[in-house]
Amino acid sequence: MDAAEAGKALDTIIIGCGMAGLAAGIRLAMYGQKVVILEKHNVPGGLNSFYFKDGRKFDVGLHAVTNYVDSGRRTHMGTLLRQLRLPWDSFQLSPQISSRIAFPGVDLRFDNDFSTLESEVASAFPRDIDAFRELRRTVLAHNAAGRDSGFISARKVVTRIIRNSLLQDMLFCPLMYYGSATENDMDFGQFAILWNAIFEEGFARPFEGIRAIIGVLLDRYRSFGGIRRMKCGVSRILTANGIAHGVELESGEVLTAGNIISTAGLAETRLLCHPEMRRRDVADLTGRLSFCETISCLDTQPRLLGCDETIVFFNDSERFDYSQSREPFDLRSGVICFPNNYRYPDGMALPEGVLRVTGIASHRIWTDYDEQAYLRGKSEWFPRIVASAARFLPGTSEDAIQHHTVYRDMFTPRTISKYTSHLGGAVYGSPVKSKDGLTAFKGLYLAGTDQGFLGIVGAMLSGINIANKHVLMKGG
Amino acid sequence: MTKEDIKKVVLDIISEIAPDEDLSNVQPDVRLRDQLDLDSMDFLDIVMELRKQHGIEVPEEDYQKLASLDSCAEYLTPKFQGAST
Repeated sequence: MDAAEAGKALDTIIIGCGMAGLAAGIRLAMYGQKVVILEKHNVPGGLNSFYFKDGRKFDVGLHAVTNYVDSGRRTHMGTLLRQLRLPWDSFQLSPQISSRIAFPGVDLRFDNDFSTLESEVASAFPRDIDAFRELRRTVLAHNAAGRDSGFISARKVVTRIIRNSLLQDMLFCPLMYYGSATENDMDFGQFAILWNAIFEEGFARPFEGIRAIIGVLLDRYRSFGGIRRMKCGVSRILTANGIAHGVELESGEVLTAGNIISTAGLAETRLLCHPEMRRRDVADLTGRLSFCETISCLDTQPRLLGCDETIVFFNDSERFDYSQSREPFDLRSGVICFPNNYRYPDGMALPEGVLRVTGIASHRIWTDYDEQAYLRGKSEWFPRIVASAARFLPGTSEDAIQHHTVYRDMFTPRTISKYTSHLGGAVYGSPVKSKDGLTAFKGLYLAGTDQGFLGIVGAMLSGINIANKHVLMKGG
Repeated sequence: MTKEDIKKVVLDIISEIAPDEDLSNVQPDVRLRDQLDLDSMDFLDIVMELRKQHGIEVPEEDYQKLASLDSCAEYLTPKFQGAST
């Protein structure tokens, strides 16, 4: 930036260059604000970032972009694109092929057409299909009303409508895995948002992965004059008399601005405001769910190994238990993703086959390991996780996957803590959400995961909403 | 600026924020929301563009005065006159 630019006071500081921070930044820069996004990592994207390793490109967490629709103004995707002034095909999304929820003895297939799931439920659970339809009506009515009514237990609502606990658990499994910060339950509002995002709308992925989306957002932000500072961690949010007025960087530099939008998380932001507080002081705000993911690169396309599905959510036990793991990894359930299995244009195919397996992992165990034990843990658990997943891939076997694997990588809760600010490696943030984005301080707002929006599309909408409501509508 | 000019300004703004809308037949006396697919976020953008492009401030309590093209012209005329002097 030149001297004149540097001299002009900042209107808004955004903490975190993930999806929410970038979308908020675009909105504000679009309307002439002087905005800076501060990111402590050297790569943008936050929880949905990417990395290069040994000549390969990897996405950090992305299995699928949810909320996929190919048209439709009155959808989250439609609103998002219009707010960022982006044309429909900006994210170059290709729809999924087919996904499955696999429980002992029962499979439910679903895709981006709701009637697939409906007919699967009708044939596997003929006695419960009317209840399933009633649950759908309840969910759609809740979404249409758009009211925020505080925490309502989705378990209670679903149990009241659907008596069959197996069907309940099968419906909860993908929704919890793709967004719940609460153990074995979720807010019904979030259940309804995720139901819409996953079952009513659906999955898609850009051929280039998350980089394609981040690239579009960065270009947009830059074109409106937005400033981005990487490797620039915030050590404190400066407050006085109940007002937040700036930040102190890890380098000691101080920046001031009229508005601060933090995407660091609820507990994490509170710690930044109160240097005297310790992690235990925000324990009740810290998420308890963290994950491991194994990535197996294959020398063949998965469909040639008999795997032609996009995502498989599996559970091997009588009840699906979505809670903190007592072991390094909870082998009972997980999510399998083949990024190859999307309908890419012109028959384009990813250069290698990829199998990703994600499941619930213990943050404490993985972070307590010393360096040697950590590496040993990874090499011990990697094959166990892949073997666990292979049980739910009838087209192939653990041996076949092993035989075709040419490269392995794995991330753990420790990796998540290292590259995002999230305490406890909590991917979906705090079980407590700040839906209005307000904090104890004037001029400081929360956006992102802990504002209660979910997924990539949700994160971007969160940034947009907070920027609109708390900054633009107040005249900046 | 005449009222017709102001209607044109508002339509131009709508065409920027909602390029997929057909604006060839917008009735000036009918609420914009009733003939176009605009939501409250789009109305915020109309307000923001008025400020950015023309230096006109519309406080939140007056957003409802932008309901139709006619009401926009009515409400914005004195503001445009103020801005141009």
